[in-house]
Amino acid sequence: MKTPFKLPSAARVRRFAADNVVVLIFLFVTAIAVPSSKLSGTYIIQDLLTRYGRNAFLVFSLLLPIMAGMGINFGMVLGAMAGEIGLIFAVDQGIAGVQGLLYAVLVGAPIAILLGWIAGQVLNRARGREMVTGYILGFFMDGVYQFVVLYLMGAIIPITSKAITLSRGYGIRNTLGLDSVRQSLDKLLKLELGSFDLPMATYLVIALLAIFIVWFRRTKLGQDMRAIGQDQTVSHSAGIPVERTRIMAIVISTLLAMVGQIIFLQNMGNMATYNAHRQTGFFAAAAILVGGASVAKATIPNVLVGVGLLHLMYIVVPPAGARLFGSAQIGEYFRDAMSYAVIALALALHAWRKRANAESARAGLRGAASGAVAPAKTEGGAE
Amino acid sequence: MNKLKTAVTDFGWPRIIIFFFVVALFVAAPFVGVRVDGALSDVLARFGQNGILVLALVPMVQAGAGLNFGLPVGIIAGLLGGTLSMQFGWTGWVGFLGAVGVSLPFAVLFGWAYGLLLNKVKGEEMTIAMYVGFSMVTFFAILWLLLPYSSPNMVWGYSGSGLRTTITLDGYWTKILNNFLAVRIGRFFVFPTGLLAFFGAATGTMWLFLRSKTGTAMTAVGSNPDFARAGGVSSDRMRLVSVVVSTVFGAVGILVYQQSYGFIQLYQAPLYMAFPAVAAILLGGASVNKASMVNVLVGTFLFQAILTMTPNVINSVLQTDMSEVIRIVISNGMIIYALTRKTKVSK
Repeated sequence: MKTPFKLPSAARVRRFAADNVVVLIFLFVTAIAVPSSKLSGTYIIQDLLTRYGRNAFLVFSLLLPIMAGMGINFGMVLGAMAGEIGLIFAVDQGIAGVQGLLYAVLVGAPIAILLGWIAGQVLNRARGREMVTGYILGFFMDGVYQFVVLYLMGAIIPITSKAITLSRGYGIRNTLGLDSVRQSLDKLLKLELGSFDLPMATYLVIALLAIFIVWFRRTKLGQDMRAIGQDQTVSHSAGIPVERTRIMAIVISTLLAMVGQIIFLQNMGNMATYNAHRQTGFFAAAAILVGGASVAKATIPNVLVGVGLLHLMYIVVPPAGARLFGSAQIGEYFRDAMSYAVIALALALHAWRKRANAESARAGLRGAASGAVAPAKTEGGAE
Repeated sequence: MNKLKTAVTDFGWPRIIIFFFVVALFVAAPFVGVRVDGALSDVLARFGQNGILVLALVPMVQAGAGLNFGLPVGIIAGLLGGTLSMQFGWTGWVGFLGAVGVSLPFAVLFGWAYGLLLNKVKGEEMTIAMYVGFSMVTFFAILWLLLPYSSPNMVWGYSGSGLRTTITLDGYWTKILNNFLAVRIGRFFVFPTGLLAFFGAATGTMWLFLRSKTGTAMTAVGSNPDFARAGGVSSDRMRLVSVVVSTVFGAVGILVYQQSYGFIQLYQAPLYMAFPAVAAILLGGASVNKASMVNVLVGTFLFQAILTMTPNVINSVLQTDMSEVIRIVISNGMIIYALTRKTKVSK
């Protein structure tokens, strides 16, 4: 008997809606908020273009751990901290412009590798709950970061510039002005298209990263990661060094987050020394999930769509809230609530589906078992 | 010697180190001019203040639903009870008990919905619970602004609507438990009898509940779901009960916390309140799938002792305020330690 290849259209629509419910809810809310915000199209698009350059790189850093089956790497904030330490040194040495950013990357890289390696080790010991462990690890390292930056820098770690140290003689000031490197990457290759400014150099870096990820997926290491993401036991028996590959995924993710945070901060132009990384993981996770990614599967289009949608909402909801409820504060709480709810919903839907699949697979196994008995009988009959 | 070694490994080095750290803090205190009796009094007050929030984690751990990072769901129910009780103008004992009473139906309702969700996502509860808590807190931040509260003691003065970020409980039920039958010994030491009695009663209730028929079934579900199912226990139902109980204790816990603190804190304040509670119970020797009353008591005491003593003692020793860093590293380090240890425990 032939099974119909195409699902009936109503069922297909329902299936599509079920698969993309997170994106659809988000689109719906944003669609209401855009007109009520009364913002001009030009303003929204310009803001979106800026925010793409600022945030996309960070969100990309989440792809590899998802591929390796480790869920969303909330430990990416470790990379963000490494980037911030790099920037502190770049500012301290007074290296300006793109050279300053490169210097920050060079300083940040070994720190990011070390932190990524530590995170990988920790997550390997917390199989099945990588996400919550990574999240807490971010908190933990925040304490270590505070210790290093607030107490050791200027005391044990030499900091030459008086301008960035606290008046007591050690520790970095709460706000670090990044004037020397401000938007140096964004302005490197600026394209003016009508009334829009396009930071082409930043886009180029992001495009290179996307190409790197496409290429990386085809390498041996990339293939290993995908295999591990599918099934750890099978990969292990196939001779893939599971633990090492998982650590590699986290190390690369941390490195990318380091670079991403530097790109983010050069656009912002100043850095809240002790707070800049706190929301990084949250924003990146919300963006990739809004883009339709799940905990187990994420693609480059997910990143691009997600960054656009999330930031569109972040632009339009506060003014919309101000107009609809007479309070921009409501809009600000609303967008936070939406982002948190989207993460919760996307994680829950995935866990839900995984369980449903596991149950139907078990049911299928029972069905297959009874099916397997039947041919044995017919064979016996043939004898 | 070997026995001692296994006992030490079971209890865990981090806990032992932290335990000696606390002892060292108390020993060092008099030498740096910190009064031990005053410090001990603070520790006791904070022990009672935070204890019930820590206690709220026990049922879900026992039922195998993990550490309740979604504790803010219960906290929000408690905040609703507290603010409504103030809105009704209830003061004193009527105010506090009224707040508890009003918060209960909300806690049961929220806990039930939250439990249904957690039943759908077995195995991934903790991350999801965390984000459910976060979205609940931010969603209620909107409601605090929009709900028609009108008591002039609670709303913003200039607009006459929307609750304030912190609302003082003066004239309502500030420290009503702390001051109940409190015994003052000397100038610096106060024994908060009412507070500790209330915490003791709550602990006793939880202890009895865990030994009741439902409680035993719940523990069975947590220890071995297949075995429990074979015994005719519905795992989903028991987990649901555990989440509801946890949420109810969370609601009561925050009210006790606030009466001791003297303020109701709204908006973003409850966002991260689950984490210190989780750190405390783990510090007391609980694991991700096993927790007892002793864990709660020991953990809360040790954790609050660290929080109280480090600012005083360490700052006097080092001449700089490192207590924040110490708090962050110890509490989160403890959680990571517990999360990475499961394989050993469940073997």
